[in-house]
Amino acid sequence: MSFEAFLIVAAIMFCIGLYGALARRNVLAVLMSIELMFNSVNITLVAMAKYLAPAGLQDDISTVLTGQVFAVFIITVAAAEIALGLGIVFAMYRTNETVDLSEATQLRY
Amino acid sequence: MLFQDIVFWILAVMAIAGALGVVLVPNLFRAALLLIVVFVAVAGMFILLSAEFLAVVQILIYVGAIAILIIFAVMLTRDVQHGNLPNRMNIPAAVFAALLFTALVAVAVDTKWEFLPADQQERAELVQVNAVTTLTGEVLDDAGVSPEDQAEVQESGLADLLISDYVLPFEAVSVLLLAALIGALVLVRPNLGTGRG
Repeated sequence: MSFEAFLIVAAIMFCIGLYGALARRNVLAVLMSIELMFNSVNITLVAMAKYLAPAGLQDDISTVLTGQVFAVFIITVAAAEIALGLGIVFAMYRTNETVDLSEATQLRY
Repeated sequence: MLFQDIVFWILAVMAIAGALGVVLVPNLFRAALLLIVVFVAVAGMFILLSAEFLAVVQILIYVGAIAILIIFAVMLTRDVQHGNLPNRMNIPAAVFAALLFTALVAVAVDTKWEFLPADQQERAELVQVNAVTTLTGEVLDDAGVSPEDQAEVQESGLADLLISDYVLPFEAVSVLLLAALIGALVLVRPNLGTGRG
């Protein structure tokens, strides 16, 4: 359970999420892939908060929690993102009758 | 340590297999259920990393709210059974993701990380336990923290940081969340733009 093991698991999850976000047609699958990427970034931040020495460690011991604070912010932003994303999905489904991203071309030309 | 290693590898296999399932399973409803497996595995990893507060938040927000919202969205839209098809970018995206993975692993293995010095390890762990529950003086005495250092440990909880050092990002993210929720309400309102709600 070394630090690098956490980083590599997070990297695997991030790349799976990236592939899903780029290569899937269904907009819900893309949203789920983005959630995977958010989660892998959170693992990385918390692992760094646990194992690494922050720059201001000598002055203030509470800097070892910086990664966790950032993870809290990321979770909040992820919640905002999924609320807006699902709103857009429903608006798109109402106008297009589909959630297929390759048919959402109204803004393309 | 051995027990923690076993738990870590179980969680890692759960997270990676679940993530692969989310992306590759054709049935979107099952993909959403596998996403919950990934979220729970990540929550377990947070506990292994002594971030108990984040583990609870992960379960409450991701499993309790986000996954349920996604399942609702899957069931409210059609094409549930065969909705997870790849697009034309399938192979380039896989190649790009594989290249990025190679780069990330190279960085993770090659970088000389500056780990916590051994003499600070114990205090750092105390601060991370203190992140959620303020430790009492007796506990800190037992852990060998000198009286002048006790206040520093006790004042470094997650909530203390959020309302002192990080108060500006905290307020900014609150406004962002409010704006996003209002935006989502406007987006899903019927008769968009006609003035009739």
